[in-house]
Amino acid sequence: MKRTLTILIRNPLSLLGLTLVALVVLSALFADFIAPFPEHRGAVVDFANFNRAPEWPYIFGTDLVGRDLFSRILYAYRISLLLGIVVLVIAVPIGVTIGLAAGYLGGWTEFVLMRVTDVFLSIPPLVLAMSMMGLLEPTLTNGMLAVTAMWWPWYTRLVYNLARSEREEGYVLAAEVIGAGKAHIMFREILPNCVPSILTKMTLDLGFVILIASSLSFLGLGVQPPTPDLGSMVADGSKYLPDSWWLTVFPGLAILVAVFGFNLLGDALREILGAEQ
Amino acid sequence: MTQTLLSLRSVSKIFHVGTREVRAVHDVSFGVAEGECLAVVGESGSGKSTIANMVLGIYPQTLGEIVYRGNALPARRDLAHRRAIQLVQQNPLSSLNPKRTVGASLRLALDVHGIGDKAGRWDRVGQLLEEVGLPADLRSRTPAALSGGQRQRVAIARALACHSDLVVLDEPTSALDVLVQARVLKLLDELRKSRGLTYIFITHDLSVVRNIADRVAVFEKGRLVEINSTDRIFTDPESDYTRRLIGAVPVVTAEEQALRDQLMEKENADA
Amino acid sequence: MTAPTLRIEDLVLKFRTYSGMVDVLHGISLHIQKGERVALVGESGSGKSVTARIVLGLLQSLRTARISGHVDFEGRDLMAMHDAERHRLRGTKMSMIFQDPTSSLNPVYTIADQFREVLSRAEPGLTEAAARQKAVAALTDVAIGEPERVLDSYAFQLSGGMNQRVMIAMALANEPSLLIADEPGTALDVTVQAQTLRLMGELVEKHHTSVLFISHNLGVVREFADRVYVIYKGRIVEHAMTRDLFENPRHAYTRALMSAVPRITGGGIPEIDDASPDFLAPLIVHEGCAEPGAPV
Repeated sequence: MKRTLTILIRNPLSLLGLTLVALVVLSALFADFIAPFPEHRGAVVDFANFNRAPEWPYIFGTDLVGRDLFSRILYAYRISLLLGIVVLVIAVPIGVTIGLAAGYLGGWTEFVLMRVTDVFLSIPPLVLAMSMMGLLEPTLTNGMLAVTAMWWPWYTRLVYNLARSEREEGYVLAAEVIGAGKAHIMFREILPNCVPSILTKMTLDLGFVILIASSLSFLGLGVQPPTPDLGSMVADGSKYLPDSWWLTVFPGLAILVAVFGFNLLGDALREILGAEQ
Repeated sequence: MTQTLLSLRSVSKIFHVGTREVRAVHDVSFGVAEGECLAVVGESGSGKSTIANMVLGIYPQTLGEIVYRGNALPARRDLAHRRAIQLVQQNPLSSLNPKRTVGASLRLALDVHGIGDKAGRWDRVGQLLEEVGLPADLRSRTPAALSGGQRQRVAIARALACHSDLVVLDEPTSALDVLVQARVLKLLDELRKSRGLTYIFITHDLSVVRNIADRVAVFEKGRLVEINSTDRIFTDPESDYTRRLIGAVPVVTAEEQALRDQLMEKENADA
Repeated sequence: MTAPTLRIEDLVLKFRTYSGMVDVLHGISLHIQKGERVALVGESGSGKSVTARIVLGLLQSLRTARISGHVDFEGRDLMAMHDAERHRLRGTKMSMIFQDPTSSLNPVYTIADQFREVLSRAEPGLTEAAARQKAVAALTDVAIGEPERVLDSYAFQLSGGMNQRVMIAMALANEPSLLIADEPGTALDVTVQAQTLRLMGELVEKHHTSVLFISHNLGVVREFADRVYVIYKGRIVEHAMTRDLFENPRHAYTRALMSAVPRITGGGIPEIDDASPDFLAPLIVHEGCAEPGAPV
């Protein structure tokens, strides 16, 4: 524990990562209390105050229908984090299980599972998500589905490599000689040794999921208005650069803060947990 | 007359490496009597590890059969076979799962074979640790908190957890420090004698063999070169290879030096 | 009287960790005269390997290491040198061979490439042809029958014994004054180990190389070393000429080590206490073994 804290605090980058992530998480959790205009997350219009440059009480300015950008960004963080967590909660168990089976069982199982994984990995992620969204209605749920579909293979590959090397270890042999079943060996012996790498990747991924979701929304394929979304905000605002710069810059910075923060925290976690690349 | 617990009959193992065929074990036959300690010695490439792996059922033999208590062992072992033949590995670091407590690793054997009732197994784990000279509360620690010698004792406890008859020990003390090795060897010796266990003790260290084994089987390049009682092997070996092996052992006392010199003289005389 | 090849006086090593300072060496002293073979015997965690690394100058740059004391190499103070100067000595005037020969050689370069790298440390302008000639000569010295073939091979294509001999050849190629051997032959078969040590003995005799031989194997030490230091938990506990040590071990730890080694003449397994407080008893020095400059 002491070692964990020392690593987190001594290294300025880790500290920065921790701070940024804390900012994002706290914003998402307490948006209702921090946002000066909580109702602006919905379909509210206030044409008297539309397109205002940043000044009190609209510290990030207002958008084209008069909603406070700061409040919307806080709620957008909530949506992004939610998206990230849901995607990971579904994609990770699927990816990890397939990776464990392919890595430990070998033979035809390995061949079939890894070739399927390879197919998914060979399609550029954004293209895959876009195609799925093209077929489905653009809603938050479908957005999550699309991102999940492209996310699990990365965990499969990570765990496959780890499982392949762990299966040569003495403790796996010992469990086999004792007579433990394959399921036990995969999930109770090998998996715990993969957890540091999986956790590290999940932390890094949260930032990337937010980025991908923002990209999808930027292309109009993600969440629909009036739900606040960082990517859509950047897209909508980009038409009005450089005059109404705040419409693009602040949501863009918000994405940067989240992705950067999770990246740095992920690196720190890697060092703490001693995970593999 | 003690029974033969395990015997290998004309066992061979051929590995296919790419397009090549590698004969790791060539037509080997020998038996292990119940309650004895048979040392299997040889250098790298001798096939001793391959034989251990086949006895343990890690992979099947290519030719011949391995007979346990009169019945040929199948390629796929069932729980009863697994229970009967256990393993102690060389590397104390990797043979215990670093992410599980020592107690959990021990408990696995009890859970798999349904030994005792569920409630009592954690207590039994504590007892097992005490039987190998470790404090019972070590069961809640992970292997990282234990020394090499302690980990190896845990590995021994694990091998004995399900009351096996035959224990295959693959270089069990080679990775340990000198003083620790002596303690662990003593433990192994005492356990075998007090419980009537049978050991197949694989090692390259002949000085260990002299003091722990009843009989010695010497292997070279996959073939059984010589098998005899320990005393005979060390005082009057039949094969030159055995002589050379003993002659190469680095010794600590003048008496041992004399024994080596005597054996090497014989080899040179016969040549 | 020439300066000893190596003289260590009161060497202290501590490491700074998350949980505080860890003492590794508590002030050890040893020396090696020219052409002598000195063994440093101890178990794991005794500090024998870190001592070697300090002599080679490999620990000084570690931020968490705190080193104090004297290390003199051929009369020059190693601790006072810059990293660059120590670097110049490595591979040229002092070299090291390691426990596992196959993994100590770089798997992606041929033996010839690695030899050339070693030789050009001493002679930067060496041509490829000249380097190859020297390499062939060095390999022949270590009884390798087909030096040309070995030079064009990779480490994984050669046997462990062959790689060990290649490593010895590379270590001695630049005629170093000091050879540090860290558990050589431990990863090899016993017959190969015996051959290799014999070979190493002949070569260091021929070149008058001093050897610091680090080992946990008493039998090997008995056959190879002239003088022995026994190290326990960062302290030297006994120092004697090899014959003296084996005929008359006096320190409790040495005696425990000696009796713990199984004998090929039999006698069973002894009852050993592996952590007696007597092991921390003060240093016992046998006759004829004082440190240079120490009060008699």
